[in-house]
Amino acid sequence: MTNHFELFGLAPSFALDAGALDRAFRELQAQVHPDRFAQAGDAERRASMQWSTRANEAYRLLRDPVERARYLLELHGVDTGFDTDTAMPGDFLARQIELREALEEAKHKRDVAALEAMKRGLAASSRALQAELASRIDRAQDYAGATGAVRQLQFLKRLAEEVDAAGDFD
Amino acid sequence: MALFQIAEPGQSAAPHRHRLAVGIDLGTTNSLVATVRSGIPTVLGDEQGRPLMPSIVRYLPGGAVEVGYAAQSRQVEDPKNCLASVKRFMGRGLRDVAYIENSPYDFVDAPGMVQLRTVAGVKSPVEVSAEILKALRRRAELSLAGDLAGAVITVPAYFDDAQRQATKDAARLAGLNVLRLLNEPTAAAVAYGLENASEGLYAVFDLGGGTFDISILRLSRGVFEVLATSGDAALGGDDFDHRVFCWALEEAKLPPLPPRDTRMLQLKSREAKEALALHGEAPLTAKLSSGEFIDLRLTTETFCRITQNLVHKTLGPTRKALRDAGLAVEDIKGVVMVGGATRMPQLQRAVAEFFGRDPLNNLDPDKVVALGAAMQANVLAGNQPEGGDWLLLDVIPLSLGIETMGGLVERIVPRNSTIPTARAQEFTTFKDGQTAMSIHVVQGERELVSDCRSLARFELRGIPPLAAGGARIRVGFQVDADGLLSVSAREQSTGLESSISVKPSYGLGDSDIERMLRDSFEHAREDMHARALREHRVEGERLAGAVRGALAADGGLLAPEERGEIDRLLAALEAALPGDDARAIKRAAEALNRATGSFAARRMDEGVKRALAGRSIANLDL
Repeated sequence: MTNHFELFGLAPSFALDAGALDRAFRELQAQVHPDRFAQAGDAERRASMQWSTRANEAYRLLRDPVERARYLLELHGVDTGFDTDTAMPGDFLARQIELREALEEAKHKRDVAALEAMKRGLAASSRALQAELASRIDRAQDYAGATGAVRQLQFLKRLAEEVDAAGDFD
Repeated sequence: MALFQIAEPGQSAAPHRHRLAVGIDLGTTNSLVATVRSGIPTVLGDEQGRPLMPSIVRYLPGGAVEVGYAAQSRQVEDPKNCLASVKRFMGRGLRDVAYIENSPYDFVDAPGMVQLRTVAGVKSPVEVSAEILKALRRRAELSLAGDLAGAVITVPAYFDDAQRQATKDAARLAGLNVLRLLNEPTAAAVAYGLENASEGLYAVFDLGGGTFDISILRLSRGVFEVLATSGDAALGGDDFDHRVFCWALEEAKLPPLPPRDTRMLQLKSREAKEALALHGEAPLTAKLSSGEFIDLRLTTETFCRITQNLVHKTLGPTRKALRDAGLAVEDIKGVVMVGGATRMPQLQRAVAEFFGRDPLNNLDPDKVVALGAAMQANVLAGNQPEGGDWLLLDVIPLSLGIETMGGLVERIVPRNSTIPTARAQEFTTFKDGQTAMSIHVVQGERELVSDCRSLARFELRGIPPLAAGGARIRVGFQVDADGLLSVSAREQSTGLESSISVKPSYGLGDSDIERMLRDSFEHAREDMHARALREHRVEGERLAGAVRGALAADGGLLAPEERGEIDRLLAALEAALPGDDARAIKRAAEALNRATGSFAARRMDEGVKRALAGRSIANLDL
């Protein structure tokens, strides 16, 4: 069984060329998608659904920075510990609590400008963490040392989703 | 759009023979059938050249039916037996149906799906839809002078699993080979995108007679990728008619009306709405059975006022779809308007204002879905389209999950996952020594089970008695390319498996369908055996063609003895095909299917390898 990077013919790295991933995904789906086998026998249709499902899953996972980092760590035998390890640096947690309070306030006041500012802030923090991950994973190959940054990135992703959802006032 | 060229793996070397395939837009108000003729997608009209067919079925005593305009013209005199807008009832229970108090029908509260009592007996919305599909099939077969190889049937993107399954059942009942259930906005995007060589991010805003969809797509080099979809499966032109109807009742201070008057006033309300598009004001006059006259004038201003919140209701899902796609309004290059209801000026204005650009109306909003479906049917049937091939990547509209403790939903497949998709989740027992687990599958976005749609319940029995939390039960969801779900559950330590297709708890089981098929044949005096024979022949020919093509393209993957076995079984199937023995054809096809299983898997692996090899050079400089 090939891993998700191999499936798309890509070198396993955190800093991934999004365009190359898109192209590889489309080319693979063009070969295996069930629409190509609507006239084929049952066996081929089943195989096509399995391959196409797998391509979709691998694409979804590699496109998402948190999932991609987690998967790379897993490939190197490192558990990110999302379920078991909830310890976070104190200053990061304090900042998260501040942000959540700010989110509640913006929601309460229906303050679109404040939500937009939060979104920009989160995107910037997320970019910084991704740069750190690229350096730790791809260059230093310090997989165990990357787990903290992956968990922080996951926190930011959750929060960004909540900020997004808060924009719907009706 | 530059289309990339791909050999059709299923049939690369099969001799080309044009297969008759159609696209069907099974609408709430009107339905259409279209095909690709000499490379051009065309809507097939009736004998009088009318492209639309009103989605209305009239049941007569004894079981005969009238469909379309014939049924439409009898609505006022026979309101209980002229069934219109049944798409609203597909896969729905009685309590889900809106405006039931103003509906002239006799509803029967059946488990799963609501049914309707007519002079010809109790009918399921699936049976009614099947009558519409049969009429369209006849229209197509007459017009194309041949049997159909298959059909693509469109459904609202926001249809849930129950509604999709009901649609597929209706097609089966109508004797159609369903090549694919295709989302309406995606079908429209295909027709629009290929016609206009569009590239970039597009929104398809589809307001039909009874449903609203908004899909965000990325069109790029022959790939139509749905990024997100949202909508409201109970919002459409019908609701605008209903507002006019309620306004008329109020203005004329009318008491509750008998069914005949209700139906008449509803029709007058729709006519008034349609007349408004041409003039600023429309008369709404009627003579009730009591002898009372109604004489009202509907102005554009009144119409906009009474439907304002309906227009507003489309914007919430639109925002949600954009958000799910991770896009802002400015990212959207064009908004394609689909569905007759988008002709209303206040809706055009609202969409223009929301997106900050004029919406695109250059394709007929009534026909664009059927045309796109026909183009897709043509490709799926194996006819090479001119100018190259394309690929559709669609999503499921609503999250799928199962009920956990306290009536909460554990989401397993999130909405907007690209299909086909599979996900699994592990669960454990709640009590010591628990040996059975009841699994309740739901669909929807809410946290509470009671706010989601219940799709199915099944039980996994024979779990080894362990301490609470000891057993590990893996629940797997697979959603296929039609957006239909199947669920399996497996206890990990014993390997005990339980799997279902998510059908039985709503709507129809296989035995119901068979019974309905038998019933319909008794009425139509069609020969059940002749039909089975035709179906098995179509299926057998499809398989034989696919295997011939596969052997010609990749026969080298087979060892001589494997090749000999497949050749022998293929010859046996081809010998059986011209005969009259349906079961012999079926048996021969099954044997060939079994024998080609590992060949199929190997071919697929080769295809993947080829796809990778084609890229390896380009990737060297990464």
